[in-house]
Amino acid sequence: MVQITFQPDASDYRVARYAAAAIALSVAEAAIPTPLPGVKPGLANIVVLLVLMRHGWREAAWVALLRVFAASLLLGQLFAPGFFLSLAGSLFSLAALGLAQWLPRRWFGAVSLSLVAAFAHIAGQMLLARVWLVPHEGLWGLWPVFSATATVFGAINGLITARLLAEPTNPDLPPNRP
Amino acid sequence: MAVRAWLALLRPGDYLTVLVAVAATVLAALQLWGPDRPSLAVVRAGGKIVASLPLDRPGGIEVMGPLGKTLIEVQPGRARVVSDPGPRQYCVKQGWLTRSGAAAICAPNEVSLQLQGRSESYDSLSY
Repeated sequence: MVQITFQPDASDYRVARYAAAAIALSVAEAAIPTPLPGVKPGLANIVVLLVLMRHGWREAAWVALLRVFAASLLLGQLFAPGFFLSLAGSLFSLAALGLAQWLPRRWFGAVSLSLVAAFAHIAGQMLLARVWLVPHEGLWGLWPVFSATATVFGAINGLITARLLAEPTNPDLPPNRP
Repeated sequence: MAVRAWLALLRPGDYLTVLVAVAATVLAALQLWGPDRPSLAVVRAGGKIVASLPLDRPGGIEVMGPLGKTLIEVQPGRARVVSDPGPRQYCVKQGWLTRSGAAAICAPNEVSLQLQGRSESYDSLSY
């Protein structure tokens, strides 16, 4: 008999914990009515940024993608068009963050990273929507709306992330172990 | 938490990033939602296109029609019929054309001037 044992390490527990927080934010946010699909705060990105700045890009990617899959599953959107838009946005913003994380931290903080991620997110979504869902040039007419959304919520999410990073780590939190 | 405390969280480069984001949004809105600026002046004689003049630099053309010579002038962003041998001079009196889709027609001499923009515009639509 072959026995496979999986020994989760501290980073696995961390990813799971952060992903749970991101999923909760995504599901809560789905209750907010929006005028256009894509115009929403994207609160889960706060968690992704936090993980990126604390634990690096690899774990941030895990959290972001787990969030996309699990939140769509919970909302009954898995493999629906909205899921693919969300996935495209996440992949683009992860790629952008992969580059932006090398910006000097002294000069560029969470707000810059958040804005970069937000703009990459809408760029990915719009490209997929243009190629797949609405194959018409008129779609770009919506760009300023998404650009404004990314600016406002990108900045706000970045500020919240910076605020959370400035917070001293709470010693009462359970350690990253079961 | 006071506004100042929030602003203290911003690093110097963050202001730059915010500025770039705002500028990109405003520019995109102006570009995509702003007035459709014409880019070409299309000159026709006898129904055939004889010239397409770019509207980003000054220029002009003389077109021969059945009555004689029609003179068309182009300046950045606008175009007009300077002179025409037609009896009533309607196309000359129209003056400068600036809007996309605008046209000056010198019917007797069979010459027309029309401005073209990014998108085709229509005189009227019916369903």
